[in-house]
Amino acid sequence: MTTTAAPARPGPGGRRAARRPAWRAFLLLTLPMVAGLFVFKYVAIGWGLLLSFNDARGTIALGDWNGLDNYRRLLGDPAFTRSLVTILLFTLFIVPVTFALALGLAVLVNRLRGGRALFRTTFFIPAAVSYVVGALVWKMSLFSGTPSGVANSLAYLLGYEESIGWVATVDPPLYWIVLVTVRLWLQTGFYMILFLAGIQQIPAQLYEAARVDGAESEARLFRHITWPMLRNTSVAVVLLLIINAFQAFDEFYNILASNLSGLGGADGRTPLIYLFQTALGEQNYGAGSAGAFVVTVLIVVFTLLQGRIAGFGRTAEEES
Amino acid sequence: MRGRRLGSYAAVIVFAVPFLLPFYLLVRNALMSRRELGSLDWHWWPETISFQGFADAFGNEAVPLAHALWNSTLISTISAPLSTLLASMAGYALARIPVAAAKPVFFFIIATMMVPGAATFIPTFVVVGSLGGVNTMWGLIAPGLFSAFAVLLFRGFYLRFPRELEDAGRVDGLGHLGLYARLALPNSGALFASLGILSFIEHWNAFLWPLVIGQDPEFWTVQVALSTNLNQQAVNLPALFAGALVAILPLVALFLIAQRWIVRGVLLSGIKG
Repeated sequence: MTTTAAPARPGPGGRRAARRPAWRAFLLLTLPMVAGLFVFKYVAIGWGLLLSFNDARGTIALGDWNGLDNYRRLLGDPAFTRSLVTILLFTLFIVPVTFALALGLAVLVNRLRGGRALFRTTFFIPAAVSYVVGALVWKMSLFSGTPSGVANSLAYLLGYEESIGWVATVDPPLYWIVLVTVRLWLQTGFYMILFLAGIQQIPAQLYEAARVDGAESEARLFRHITWPMLRNTSVAVVLLLIINAFQAFDEFYNILASNLSGLGGADGRTPLIYLFQTALGEQNYGAGSAGAFVVTVLIVVFTLLQGRIAGFGRTAEEES
Repeated sequence: MRGRRLGSYAAVIVFAVPFLLPFYLLVRNALMSRRELGSLDWHWWPETISFQGFADAFGNEAVPLAHALWNSTLISTISAPLSTLLASMAGYALARIPVAAAKPVFFFIIATMMVPGAATFIPTFVVVGSLGGVNTMWGLIAPGLFSAFAVLLFRGFYLRFPRELEDAGRVDGLGHLGLYARLALPNSGALFASLGILSFIEHWNAFLWPLVIGQDPEFWTVQVALSTNLNQQAVNLPALFAGALVAILPLVALFLIAQRWIVRGVLLSGIKG
């Protein structure tokens, strides 16, 4: 790329003239994207970073510097640290459960002879539903606290006569079941599609060869062929799952709305909800920006760690 | 062998039931009367089908559902093709126009992928707010138009674009812009459709940004309207579910019609998340 363009700069006359339309076309085609990313990413992040060192309450103007006060206050606020613990626990739950279910369903669907498309659609179609609608069904019907809620009707059939307030019960944390299952329903199909494609790319000869070598059982074929061949897909899936889990907002906000203050009931605040309340509720943009950077750094560190553990270290070795 | 296959079908059906259950609940609850849905015992299906829920959902003046649906339609139908087009333009330039700036511009664009989107909603709010974008249509739309990831996918696609086709176009006297508009763009329909549909789904279902920026009911999207309904003091349940049913219908239809492209888009975005 650089070698072809290098002579264009000093080259006088005809050559330069020939290059000019290329420049103009390049500028025209990339300018909207570059300008948009500049304003909504670079300026935004830069401004936010500066704001995080300012006392910016009720204003988004810079000037009232307070050093690291926002960060200090944030990390000293038990509600914020608790929101970090909440999201960490949530991630630890949702990532392996979604991973296992998505992989299991992909293997299962792949084994079907007929009706594969039908079942693939069945598991994938919840991905069309928004988190708001998912939260709505879970809170008001599936896990509604009334006796006619689905979970309570089922419990009644099993001889459990008292209706359970799923969302409202903190000890034991039943609301956790509501939060985990709704995301499970909404996102599993997406990852199943990724696994399914990964499985279908594995050459059939590998399985045949393994069978010749005496590996007959389904479990052994999975362990020795499917699982190692899905390595790249698995790494990508875990990465996406972690990033998405860390940014959880919609279902927590909508399912636990009445408990978001953390006064009584479950404190269902994720970091993003805490930041939402800080920036838009209290209009404290300095602290809100500081929190945004803390969360961003956490996500980046987590994904890098995961990459180090599961993926990139290994691939780098293979390449070298 | 036979038994194993039967086992697979049994297992897959056992899993399919809970995946379909919420859709059934949406339909059932939307078609029940308030009295029946609020009663204490379980009903599989409404005794008499009632459309009062739909009438209530659209008749509620405090939460203008029809207007919210219109806003969501407008936002999604503008954002999806426009964001895809912008990405394809940049992707083409980066892949096929040999200028010295290509490399730095490429890094400038993909560097933004390092920062996860949702965590930056406060800095973005600060910028959009200072430009007067709170409670405006452009404030709802503009920040969602620029996807570095889509640029990356289009660039990859155009790098593999056959050189002979381009040479033929050049012989016909096309410049870079002509090559893009007449040859490259029309030949990237499948990728365009895949990413465009995914973008449509994303914008239709978005919640956090519309909640932050469209505070006035006039600028509520359908997700914000549903969330408002859900968190009211006295919830009209059939109306709530009727609204939700209307909100998911366009996307469910899209999934059933365009699943091939959606799956392709999912695979593209999953491979290099």
